[in-house]
Amino acid sequence: MKIGVYICYCGENIGRTVDCERVAKEAKFLPGVVHSVDYKYMCSDPGQNLIKQAIKDYKLDGVVVGSCSPHMHEKTFRKACADAGLNPYLCEIANLREHVSWVHDDKELATQKAIDLVRFAVEKVKRNAPLTTIQVPVTKRTLVIGGGISGIQAALDVANAGYEVVLVEKEPSIGGHMSQLSETFPTLDCSQCILTPRMVEVYQHPKIKLLTYSEVEKVEGFIGNFKVTIRKKARYVDDTLCSGCGDCAIKCPIKKKALSEFDEGLTTRSAIYVPFPQAVPNIPVIDTEVCTYFKNGKCMMCQKVCGRDAINFEQKDEFLTEEIGAIIVATGYKLYTIDKKPEDSEIKGYGEYGYGKYKDVIDGLQFERIASASGPTSGEFKRPSDGKEPKKIVFIQCVGSRDESKGFSYCSKICCMYTAKHAMLYKHKVHDGEAYVFYMDIRAGGKMYEEFVRRAIEEDGVKYIRGRVSKIYEEDGKYIVKGEDTLAGVPIQIDADMVVLATAMIAQKEAPKFAQTIGIPYDKYGFFSEAHPKLRPVESTSGGIFLAGACQSPKDIPESVSMASAAAAKAMVLFGSDMLEREPTIALVNENLCAGCFYCRKVCAYNAIEIKQINDKNGNLIKEVAFVNSGLCQGCGTCSATCPSKSVELIGYTDEQIYAEIAALM
Amino acid sequence: MMDIGYYPGCSQEGTAKEYDKSIRAILKVLDVNPVELDDWSCCGATSAHVTNHKLALALSARNLALAEKQNLKELFAPCAACFSRLALTQCELKSDSNLKTEIEDIIENKLNGTTEVINIVELFKKLGSDKIKANRKVELKGLKAACYYGCLLVRPHEINGYDDAEMPTSMEDIVKATGAEAIEWNFKTECCGAAHSIPRVDIVIDLSKKILDDAKKHGANVIVVACPMCHNNLDLRQKLIKREYKSHEDIPVLYLSEFIGLSLGFSQKELGIDTHYIKFEMPELKKKESEVTV
Amino acid sequence: MSTHTKTIRTLTDDITDITMENPDLCYQCGKCSAGCPIRNYMDEAPNLIIRYVQLGLYNNAFESRTPWLCAGCQTCSTRCPKNFDLAKFMDALRELALKMGYKVKEKNQLKFHNAFLKQIRNHGRSYELGLVRDYKLSSGDLMSDVDSAPGMFLKGKIGVFPNNIKDKESVKRIFEKTKDKK
Repeated sequence: MKIGVYICYCGENIGRTVDCERVAKEAKFLPGVVHSVDYKYMCSDPGQNLIKQAIKDYKLDGVVVGSCSPHMHEKTFRKACADAGLNPYLCEIANLREHVSWVHDDKELATQKAIDLVRFAVEKVKRNAPLTTIQVPVTKRTLVIGGGISGIQAALDVANAGYEVVLVEKEPSIGGHMSQLSETFPTLDCSQCILTPRMVEVYQHPKIKLLTYSEVEKVEGFIGNFKVTIRKKARYVDDTLCSGCGDCAIKCPIKKKALSEFDEGLTTRSAIYVPFPQAVPNIPVIDTEVCTYFKNGKCMMCQKVCGRDAINFEQKDEFLTEEIGAIIVATGYKLYTIDKKPEDSEIKGYGEYGYGKYKDVIDGLQFERIASASGPTSGEFKRPSDGKEPKKIVFIQCVGSRDESKGFSYCSKICCMYTAKHAMLYKHKVHDGEAYVFYMDIRAGGKMYEEFVRRAIEEDGVKYIRGRVSKIYEEDGKYIVKGEDTLAGVPIQIDADMVVLATAMIAQKEAPKFAQTIGIPYDKYGFFSEAHPKLRPVESTSGGIFLAGACQSPKDIPESVSMASAAAAKAMVLFGSDMLEREPTIALVNENLCAGCFYCRKVCAYNAIEIKQINDKNGNLIKEVAFVNSGLCQGCGTCSATCPSKSVELIGYTDEQIYAEIAALM
Repeated sequence: MMDIGYYPGCSQEGTAKEYDKSIRAILKVLDVNPVELDDWSCCGATSAHVTNHKLALALSARNLALAEKQNLKELFAPCAACFSRLALTQCELKSDSNLKTEIEDIIENKLNGTTEVINIVELFKKLGSDKIKANRKVELKGLKAACYYGCLLVRPHEINGYDDAEMPTSMEDIVKATGAEAIEWNFKTECCGAAHSIPRVDIVIDLSKKILDDAKKHGANVIVVACPMCHNNLDLRQKLIKREYKSHEDIPVLYLSEFIGLSLGFSQKELGIDTHYIKFEMPELKKKESEVTV
Repeated sequence: MSTHTKTIRTLTDDITDITMENPDLCYQCGKCSAGCPIRNYMDEAPNLIIRYVQLGLYNNAFESRTPWLCAGCQTCSTRCPKNFDLAKFMDALRELALKMGYKVKEKNQLKFHNAFLKQIRNHGRSYELGLVRDYKLSSGDLMSDVDSAPGMFLKGKIGVFPNNIKDKESVKRIFEKTKDKK
């Protein structure tokens, strides 16, 4: 074998602790090494050229680079080898930075260790096999799960690029929480005015298949080749016949039994309903919990008045299967509630704020509905309890956020901004009204955000009080708010007409279960985990599944839109070619040795191990063995560690290679 | 007959004699035998823990060790402050083995942490409202009780495993079993001023007045307490409150045990209610020979 | 309590020896002060006292009336979003203030506690007459409660003689062993 060894100084990073010149000199004496040099920056162009030239000059069949972590530059050096005609998998990295110079101080011992690590790598590379990347075909269709602003943005971006999109939304209409908002910060644009054109665009787009009132049931397959089962829930209305006239909802006799989800419980809705007038699609849904027909077979008023004969009480849930190449998860968030939580819940409610029993102590989304021109009060400020105009409103930030005892330790990011917005909207309509905001800090880091908050304070007269509120109780129709201003060092008591709590942005209740269904990891809060918080924020660790919006972490609309477009771009990277390249360092089963115990299948986190039948030439079954799906396998090695008969090994990290490295230590 | 360890606490022998009297009376009827902790000493109350934490732990630990010696599985402390000190000591020593060893050395006794310390509300929650209803001789209709928990029955979290710290309801459940009405009010768990009763009585007057006013505002004609300190501040101190606030109207304050005792048919004298500062008068109460338990 | 940066012992360590909790946990939200029933009687808010310790302004913390006015109601500790036991922190400040010889501005508080503990030490249980006697003599506050006392006597609520426990000595020894050894 002819092996070349290249030791990098990495400037001072390796060079200050490791005597690189010496390591290169010693490496020359290792059996099999024909060329060994050191260089200041191996990853630079001249450094890479050094390797490429050596491959040609010395006809190398193996390269070892002593450098920083393979995470950094393994790809770089492998590509350099490939460019020079050497199979990239015949290049190994000895990590002299993270494993040596960054963790040790003693120069002599560090250099010794560096020499050892190079020796291991040389022994390993001798046993490396030339590998080729695995090619997997790609279905150029995208599934977007969630029809809020993030899902809508992602769907439009992909569809406008010419690829088909299936958009699944569990509610009867798309639009998400943004459709509930009155105005958006920092521009105070009318939320629905900027959103509904997009919603219509989605509805009318020839490349988007919109499935509302639907949920993802099952996801099988792997990147570029998913098979997704979607349950289209029965609306009991035929969407091919319905014209959206709304007569059914008007004539429905059940008007008060169900609380309107869209109005956050401030009003009621009928049993057959469209969530809001601008709903897309404008096709109603029957709530079987309160509909008279579904309870005792009577009424059927909607069917009687429907001019298109679109009501179908016999409708069943429908199951669709879609071939999908990339999935974008945009399932959004929900708000923390202060009501009393069950005994076993880690999260407590806020008893000191009334556990949600005070009618005029509301949350941010409820305030949006009151402020909204299309809301239950037509945009007039009226108290939910008695309809009177509140003259004093107290806004409390950080309810459930930055709270390790009753809520979540993280900051929900948007509350400072929307509270300022709420206070301003109130002051703009009720000129003699008083608005107080209790805050801990003001987080206004976005473009024009700081100026927006200052406007609330300096121009609109909103009073900001720095301190948390300890208690709210009701007395004579007013809410006594007991707080403290820590800047002045004085207690503050306000007798408010209404209190608005900026409650934490939290993961949806079904998020963990959903994550398990589609196979993506999630954190302790239920937010979906990104592959790397800095450099890979829109990808999940599962190949082909991308994240957009608040389902990953609390964020505002511009961030959600950016993330959605980024996720769309990532999805389209997959569609850039007809075939997908995957790393070949995956598991491989030796079918002769495999006993078919399938322990490996049980421990595989990626469901990558299948059962393969080995038949004789007459088609009779000889035995069943494990078979690794090269598209799904992520090369984690768990199966290899579990297998009792050593039948499955990780290519590129075989036992033989590892033992050789260990032997080199002796 | 159910045995239960009984830690009376210092005030039961003095200013809260009627609390002890009424407890013993009702427990007898309810078939519970209070086994007084032999040679118990003061738990340290407020003064120990604010000046010397090891003294506070040791004084309480001495009693916990005695309870273990007497094989008492549960130790019932009717005073909320005693309950708090004993339970918190138990908690703290369980979580810090070094400290435990140190305290064991000071009290010259081992402590295994096997005794469960409970307060009067917990005790009656355990016995169950049905037991009161079954023995009820008088339905206390006409009494609108403001159940006052004060601070130490429901705080801190470590020793409150039985009710909500902000909106508790267990005392109301017990009171309702007597046939009385339990009103909803805002100051259930607001502090009465506690040990400031002597050195800063001005604070107590202010805080206790607020509590009494809120109770009356929400329709109460009697306050029910489960702590001798609270009783002192809300009952005896009404004298000073009246001096400060001429318009103040009296409202009687009963111990939970006295309240239950009335429904079990005891007279005011038998329960010691006649020793209170504010006189208590029974409104027209319905006397029933046999109760139909609802 | 921090592991990476501290090399010198400070008074904060003396406090945390008792509380077992890092004062840096507090982010000064003020919820404790907002809910403190005694707040209006305090010159310095409870959260400010923690701030003094965080900044190393120990004199300000130990000389303040605030810890001495704390009623130990536990409202702060129960509502604190960082689960910081402020009530215990106040206890620790009082204990250390005494240990280090700071002058206690709330004199009657200290006199009350000393009088109370004296009875326990001598009798094993509280002796109300003794408490009242010792407190009034030391505080000079002779007139308060004078009108309640006769009534309480007649109702049998104040014992004339102390209730000595059998094993008084064991309690005395506890006092001895936990006495501050200067």
